[in-house]
Amino acid sequence: MPIQYYIILSLALFCIGIVGVLVRRNVIIVFMCIELMLNAVNLLLVAFSKMHHGIAYLTDKTTTTGSDAQLFVFFIMVVAAAEVSVGLAIIVMMYRNTHSVDVNFLNRLKN
Amino acid sequence: MSAIQIIFWFLSALAIVSALMVLISKNPVHSVLWLIMVFFAISGHYILLNAQFLAIVNLIVYAGAIMVLFLFVIMLMNLNNESEPQKNVWMRLAGAVSGGCLLMILVSLVRQAIEINNKVAEMKVGDIGLIGNLGKALFKDYLVPFEISSVLFLSAMVGAIVIGKKN
Amino acid sequence: MNKLVYLVPLFPLIGFLINGLGRKSLSKSLISIIGCASVLASFVVSVILFFDVKANGATVVDYFNFINLDSLKIAFAFQIDALSSLFLLIITGVGFLIHLYSTAYMHDEEPQHFGRYFAYLNLFIFSMLLLVMGANYVIMFIGWEGVGLCSYLLIGFWFKNDNYNYAAKKAFVMNRIGDLGFLLAVFWLIEKLGTANYADVFAHASSLSSFDVTAITILLFVGAMGKSAQIPLYTWLPDAMAGPTPVSALIHAATMVTAGIYMIARSNVLYSMSEVTMNLVSIIGLATALFAATIALKQNDIKKVLAYSTVSQLGYMFLGLGVGAYTGAVFHVMTHAFFKALLFLGAGSVIQAMHHEQDIRKMGGLKKQLPITHITFLIGCIAISGIPPFSGFFSKDEILAAAFAKNPIYWGLGVAGAAMTAFYMFRLYATTFLGTFRGTEDQQHHLHESPSAMTIPLIVLALLSVIGGFVGVPEILGGHHSLHNFLSSVLTTEVAHESAKNTEYLLMGISVAVAAIAIIFAINKFSKKPELEDATGFGKLLENKWYVDELYDSIIVKPNTAKGKFLKNIFEKNIIDAAVNGVGRMINYSSRQLRLIQSGLVSGYILFMVLAIIVMVLIWVNDGYIYKFFYNLF
Repeated sequence: MPIQYYIILSLALFCIGIVGVLVRRNVIIVFMCIELMLNAVNLLLVAFSKMHHGIAYLTDKTTTTGSDAQLFVFFIMVVAAAEVSVGLAIIVMMYRNTHSVDVNFLNRLKN
Repeated sequence: MSAIQIIFWFLSALAIVSALMVLISKNPVHSVLWLIMVFFAISGHYILLNAQFLAIVNLIVYAGAIMVLFLFVIMLMNLNNESEPQKNVWMRLAGAVSGGCLLMILVSLVRQAIEINNKVAEMKVGDIGLIGNLGKALFKDYLVPFEISSVLFLSAMVGAIVIGKKN
Repeated sequence: MNKLVYLVPLFPLIGFLINGLGRKSLSKSLISIIGCASVLASFVVSVILFFDVKANGATVVDYFNFINLDSLKIAFAFQIDALSSLFLLIITGVGFLIHLYSTAYMHDEEPQHFGRYFAYLNLFIFSMLLLVMGANYVIMFIGWEGVGLCSYLLIGFWFKNDNYNYAAKKAFVMNRIGDLGFLLAVFWLIEKLGTANYADVFAHASSLSSFDVTAITILLFVGAMGKSAQIPLYTWLPDAMAGPTPVSALIHAATMVTAGIYMIARSNVLYSMSEVTMNLVSIIGLATALFAATIALKQNDIKKVLAYSTVSQLGYMFLGLGVGAYTGAVFHVMTHAFFKALLFLGAGSVIQAMHHEQDIRKMGGLKKQLPITHITFLIGCIAISGIPPFSGFFSKDEILAAAFAKNPIYWGLGVAGAAMTAFYMFRLYATTFLGTFRGTEDQQHHLHESPSAMTIPLIVLALLSVIGGFVGVPEILGGHHSLHNFLSSVLTTEVAHESAKNTEYLLMGISVAVAAIAIIFAINKFSKKPELEDATGFGKLLENKWYVDELYDSIIVKPNTAKGKFLKNIFEKNIIDAAVNGVGRMINYSSRQLRLIQSGLVSGYILFMVLAIIVMVLIWVNDGYIYKFFYNLF
């Protein structure tokens, strides 16, 4: 498929994620929207990886061009998993203290 | 229209609709379920792009582990329609408009960009997405980052426990 | 002799510096000696230069380039010729006598102010010398401004009196109006001819268009109007009597106010080229002469009478210039310097004897107590009235004869003015010196003749007033008119006025007879019963100076004051202050509003982040041109 399609799809998902972060107050939904944005970027990375691989493949059938991008996606998933575990722990702590999942409750960094 | 194209459009539509539903759903549990749908659609795209390893990892890690974790938390807090906090209308409108503007601008940029004209994400060519090839690259070229990421996991685990511990 | 030229202004400058800087430490006698000696030294050098010019002709001494701009070069140069050497003699000679007089007149001042007074006087002499010695209009302008400054400083010498300060301010402002005209004329000359040197300007004057010549001469004349107190810029001179009396004698009678005449005489080549300006000068001069004379008829302040008389006599000089009798005008400057300085110094002597009383209605019968002052004052009055063989007769006669040759009406009005002059001078004389004393007992007890430092200058000036006219005895009276011959090298465009011998005798006879009748009438009228009451009817109009001051006040000063008040109260408060405060208030308000952005709400921050990204992308993509982006978008 033309690379533009993938880019636009990724942009659409990314922007939906941004809108979600902006319009929702539930901290868990906000967090989920961030995951959505990460996934949009992952999709784009994979699409570009295949694009570059296809270009290199025309001259060299044994090329591994593009595997870097897919490994990047792999590492992003690793980091995302770590992030989610810590983030959810924080959310649980916050809920335990305020009995709310409203991000606007967190408008003061002290106290 | 070939079968690949049909699948592509179907998956794209599914991903976008599901993503929108994540936003729109009042109930956080529904949001989680729609997000899982998005991940499935994206995994479908990965398969379409012959990135089988990532497709599987995406399903296992995201749709499986992470989203289950979310679901656990939501259920733990007993969140539902009633407890969902609502933002005021202006703030939501501003968010939607600015997000829409950003999308419009970026899309117009893509349409103007001449560097990617006639560039194609090849679907049937190459096998770099197979687990054997990626494994070779991962354990040869990316061994050190791989090990560091295990340290990251360890610290994240310790951090989560410390934060979650009752003081 | 050229080596001596710079000494003339140098001595007063040194005197100014010593007296000005040392006014707090030097004793009064030392200050007097320095002040007088510096001017006396200048006088001696001036005499040497005068005879040198007489024997060897004019000389220009070039010192350095004062202004050096591209092709425009203005030298700091002195020109010593017949005209300037004559003025040097008048300035330093009369100046020295007045300095001498001042040592006694100002003796009651504190040492510090005494030193300040002499410093100003020396500075004035220095500036006046620059004015007449300069070899180009720029140097003349420097002196021109310098004498204006000194005039301001000396009128406001007793600066603790607010009215004196107002008088000083008035003189300064009115002079500035004239100075602007002068300055514009100099610029115009430089623009058209590329030089301000007298010699070059006059040599190339014929290349100027008639419009340029008329404009330049009229602008120069505006300068002269301000400095020499002609209509409409004359009202400062009577008010300038606020200064010490010797200052009035030196600056406001003998020297500074004649700067305008000097300037026009110096520029006679230009003036003779413009018929329009010549007519304007003669009409303004004549009008001023008559107008000021009518005012002088009813003034009761001894110095005010002399002030208006000065304005009137200056008018005669301008009449002379206007009809082309440059020599006559310069001649009158000279004789006027003698007798008017004499009259002012005599008035100063009277004022001091009367303990600073200036109202002539409270004087009378001073003849016995002040014999020397009386005699010298009488000589001055006769001289100014134009009775032969006193000096005023010859100079005034020459102007009137030239006026007759130009236009008999000028002559008729001039004679009328002369009659008025004789009348008011003898009204002043009779009211002051004749009749009975009308002051207080205390004043009468202290009446005494002034010290010799004051009477010697009076006597010398009286002598000069008597014999000063003989340098210009007209040929029909058997003279050679040596002054005319002497000045002819400078006043090249002098209009010769040859009348028949009989006509000239007749004119002289008429003017003398009219003056004599006016004198006799005035003495008869005022020696026995002087006017003690305030005038009524027409006399009141004259006493109040035709209400010119009030007119100026209401058409120029009041609207400007009102404008100033409007700007201060309305414009400044409501617009400028409002703008300044508004900026502060706006910043205050907007920061209060901006503070709300820092809500601590994460989604708010993200919103701004997104907006910023949008803006940055727009700018980056379009090289800063946002409209281009929208053009591409749709």
